[in-house]
Amino acid sequence: MKPAPFDYVAATDLSEALDALQEGGSDARVIAGGQSLVPMLNMRLARPATLVDITRIPELSRIEAKGDQIIIGAAVRQATLESWPDLADRLPLVRAAISWVGHTQLRNRGTVCGSVAHADPSAELPLCLLALGGTVTLRRRRKTRTVAARDFFQGMMSTDLAPGEMITSVSIPARKQGTGYAFREVARRHGDFAIVACAAIARPDGSSTLTVGGVADTPQTLDLPADTTGRDDRLNEFAWHLQARDDLHATARYRRDLVRRLGRTTLKEALSCRD
Amino acid sequence: MPRLTKDEKPAVRFTLNGRAVSPEAPPRMLLSDLLRHEIGATGTHVGCEHGVCGACTVQVDGAPVRACLMLAQQAQGCDIRTVEALAEGPELSPLQAAFREHFALQCGFCTAGILMTLDALFASQPEADEATIREALSGHLCRCTGYAPIVQAALAARNRIKGGPIDA
Repeated sequence: MKPAPFDYVAATDLSEALDALQEGGSDARVIAGGQSLVPMLNMRLARPATLVDITRIPELSRIEAKGDQIIIGAAVRQATLESWPDLADRLPLVRAAISWVGHTQLRNRGTVCGSVAHADPSAELPLCLLALGGTVTLRRRRKTRTVAARDFFQGMMSTDLAPGEMITSVSIPARKQGTGYAFREVARRHGDFAIVACAAIARPDGSSTLTVGGVADTPQTLDLPADTTGRDDRLNEFAWHLQARDDLHATARYRRDLVRRLGRTTLKEALSCRD
Repeated sequence: MPRLTKDEKPAVRFTLNGRAVSPEAPPRMLLSDLLRHEIGATGTHVGCEHGVCGACTVQVDGAPVRACLMLAQQAQGCDIRTVEALAEGPELSPLQAAFREHFALQCGFCTAGILMTLDALFASQPEADEATIREALSGHLCRCTGYAPIVQAALAARNRIKGGPIDA
């Protein structure tokens, strides 16, 4: 339970980090908070030749509001976002979800972008990013690109991130007038991985979107019209469509049942809290 | 920018319980192992080594974190407190004393981590209610006590620290 040896680069600015990643290619990994990567190093599920530490790069440590987008740098810790004074007003869905992200001891180190890069199917922050239609900004030495969250998450712990590339920030659309947001989760113990996590967004015209994590390999979305006729049937079809599997935490049947019930409750809550 | 090759062992300079230290650590060494094996501060215990059990919890710049999920090199320049910082000489801290009085430990393996989480909690939220205490404790596994005595001890310590009645 100790990491295999690796070289370590404590980058002090972005160009140093990008150079080290370019040089290291597919054997180099970014480390920020390390709350997902270090367990993988300890269990030797990951054996990078080089780790590039980006936590001391000041330009990556900022939360900025630009128009209707909230931009969160790659070194911003989950606890920092949790205590960001504008969180409840600008990102109510993230506000509702963030206390479910691991335990407080993990949020004190873990970063928002690190959770996105890790892309665990049951993780709350990738779920929120996808539900809100956010984007991921990726940099390599001579190229910057922005990818929609729905294209970034490709499978279980699998993303569009290429060798030599790193996430520099994620951009999340801020709260829109007249829209309601709700988040609910069921886990064995507070702070454990979600068995099912639901994010619901209800728009002024009564239409809504449910995004579900913890069941399929990536969070999945269901769009629903304002007319609630047949809603339970739509939820039931969606629950089956997610192709839940039995595992040590829950049976597929229990997960489908949670998608139906928790999905309905979360949608109801989002519809009722529109302002 | 320093690039450390895997065999280098440069000094990590940080403050441990108010004292400047500079032990040597290769890049792959975990903070938990640096504390225990290089410095000999064995109050911090190591359980699961993947962030689940909470036994290795220490305070980094005032916030409770897992020492097993932090590279020793990442401690450069940090202010770190471990369970050794709590007692003043032979005198247990109010939190430690409450744990003893309420039988909030049996084997003691998880205790150091729990104490560091609660110490940080009461420093930032002296009025923390039972729900907040339980949420903070959710990051720790204890297989002896069933948690009830730990919650009792935490409530008693909170009251004592803020000068109220001793028992919750």
